[in-house]
Amino acid sequence: MIIDPVTLIVALVTISTPVLLAALGELVVEKAGVLNLGVEGMMIMGAVCGFIVANLTGSPTLAFLAGMAGAAALSAIFAVLTQFLMSNQVATGLALTLFGLGLAALLGVGYEGQPIPDVAKPLPEMLRTIPVIGPIFLGHDLVTYIAIFAVFAIWYVLKHTRLGLIIRAVGESHDAAHALGYKVIRIRFAAILFGGAMAGLGGAFLSVVYVENWVQGMTAGAGWIALALVVFAAWKPGRVLFGAWLFGGIAALQLRLQAAEIGVPVALLDASPYLVTIIVLVIMSSDRARTALNAPAALGKTFHATG
Amino acid sequence: MKRTTKLLTGVALATGIAGAAIAQDDPFQVGFIYVGPTGDFGWTYEHDQGRLAVEEAYGDQVETVYLENVPEGADAERAITTMILGGADMIFTTSFGYMEATNAVAAQFPDVLFEHATGYLREHPNVSTYSARFYEGRAVLGHIAGHMTESNTIGYIASFPIPEVIRGINSAYLHARAVNPDVEMRVVWVYTWFDPAVEADAAQALIDAGVDVLMQHTDSTAPQAVAQEAGIISFGQASDMAQFAPAPRVASIIDNWAPYYIERVGQAIEGTWEQADTWDGIGPGMVEIGEMTETIPAEVRESAQAMIDAIAAGEYHPFTGPINRQDGTAWLAEGEVADDGTLAGMDFYVEGITGEIPN
Repeated sequence: MIIDPVTLIVALVTISTPVLLAALGELVVEKAGVLNLGVEGMMIMGAVCGFIVANLTGSPTLAFLAGMAGAAALSAIFAVLTQFLMSNQVATGLALTLFGLGLAALLGVGYEGQPIPDVAKPLPEMLRTIPVIGPIFLGHDLVTYIAIFAVFAIWYVLKHTRLGLIIRAVGESHDAAHALGYKVIRIRFAAILFGGAMAGLGGAFLSVVYVENWVQGMTAGAGWIALALVVFAAWKPGRVLFGAWLFGGIAALQLRLQAAEIGVPVALLDASPYLVTIIVLVIMSSDRARTALNAPAALGKTFHATG
Repeated sequence: MKRTTKLLTGVALATGIAGAAIAQDDPFQVGFIYVGPTGDFGWTYEHDQGRLAVEEAYGDQVETVYLENVPEGADAERAITTMILGGADMIFTTSFGYMEATNAVAAQFPDVLFEHATGYLREHPNVSTYSARFYEGRAVLGHIAGHMTESNTIGYIASFPIPEVIRGINSAYLHARAVNPDVEMRVVWVYTWFDPAVEADAAQALIDAGVDVLMQHTDSTAPQAVAQEAGIISFGQASDMAQFAPAPRVASIIDNWAPYYIERVGQAIEGTWEQADTWDGIGPGMVEIGEMTETIPAEVRESAQAMIDAIAAGEYHPFTGPINRQDGTAWLAEGEVADDGTLAGMDFYVEGITGEIPN
């Protein structure tokens, strides 16, 4: 039996949506010079807040907004700790993941298996019946289109606008940006909130659209893959999209190879996204000059205005 | 990720223990180690229902504690030990992967009683094992699936290639083929008991491969949601998953641990507990078939009920010959019934299944 490429592409686009959103958010955060390792915690907060609001109000729009707000609120804790109290970003980010997972489990008690409304697809049913083009381009959820649109929007903003230039300046040299009069702390604070909201939207997509249920620990490591993706993509939005689809494609393909009873080493394919990440990291680190060009120079460094 | 829940529950545990120490007459403390969250509405949910039934049955005499999301393997040993140091007198470890850990800890604490679900190792006199004959339930679901499939392709989301899972696949396939000779079984291994996103991906992959009846041996309801979207039918696993009835969920296989837990805890309190290897099925009520919905034609519901009754009465064994192994060699002769030893260690597909069991 041959694998149908159309359903494979549809599946990989859907599978990669939560990770893509979270990775794009983290990309902006890191471009501003902040390393937030709390993506997993923020995603699961988005998942639980989105699900609860979907259950209580019956409105998918409010659910997505709540998912973004919940995760952004969690990221605000990280922002206050790292930007105002100047705590270590790595340790704070890890703590944020643990805190987010625990808090989400607590908030979600009693919501498992509760009914939520179906999320309508944005384009009319008729368009989806067009062969090949219909399912691949016209049959997705609104959030999936938002995620792909965000790739281009973030690329454009970072590359071609004054705002993007300021964000990059803060991430490359916060002292220089500060000397020019930019409010480093405020800009980073906003970037962290944006990263939180994007991770939250990814989490809400997972619980409200994809799994249609809330269960503890349901992100199951997606946040960590999002973090790896940003490095994998060398902080470039287009490559984040490529990486997300590559990882999603491997996951979707290996299940389909099994369903088609094509003999494949399942464990190897399961591990392949992580292997690919390691290989890319090795290749990138062998060319130090290039990596140094791509990684924001002030990434993970604490800024303290000394006058 | 999993550590957080443990930490949180750990705090709850510690405070619970402090409370117990202050109380004058020390209640019998029973601990449960869970592989997933109690809210999975599948495997762990049913074990937790059993725990609550124990509390209900013995009231102030017992106190129960539990840890969720305990990883299988070496980490489990630490979790069990922590629970014992916290005062547990009896521990139920409720997943296959806790087998070595349970026996290792049992050697260190000969006064604590251990009950390990779905395993076979009893290295110390204080370790019992118990399991349910899920394959009896899978026979009934396979019977229904064989009747219901129109594409003659049944999908099966499998967790790990261990005997219990392989037995279920074989049982379901044999009974689907018995009523539908053209039926094919597509198996996808996901290497997890509980990961909603991966389970949903696997369900979608099977549906894209032409499956119109979905069975699962994983614990979340995610495949049910995918089945609903695709308009195919599915079966509840471990728990009733009734929120997806009447369709896609047309029937379910329910693990009912409560009677066993109540009996064993009672024996432990009285001091009559002895090492045992329990393997109960539909007859004693450890395996139940959830309500068969109207989506199933009436005559199929009747024949399925007849099979349930025959299994319960001990008149029918789901593995009755003639059955060949996948490679064509004879396994059971005409009328021969599989022995428990072979079933417990089953590591082969029966003839007709086309896939391969991964190593």
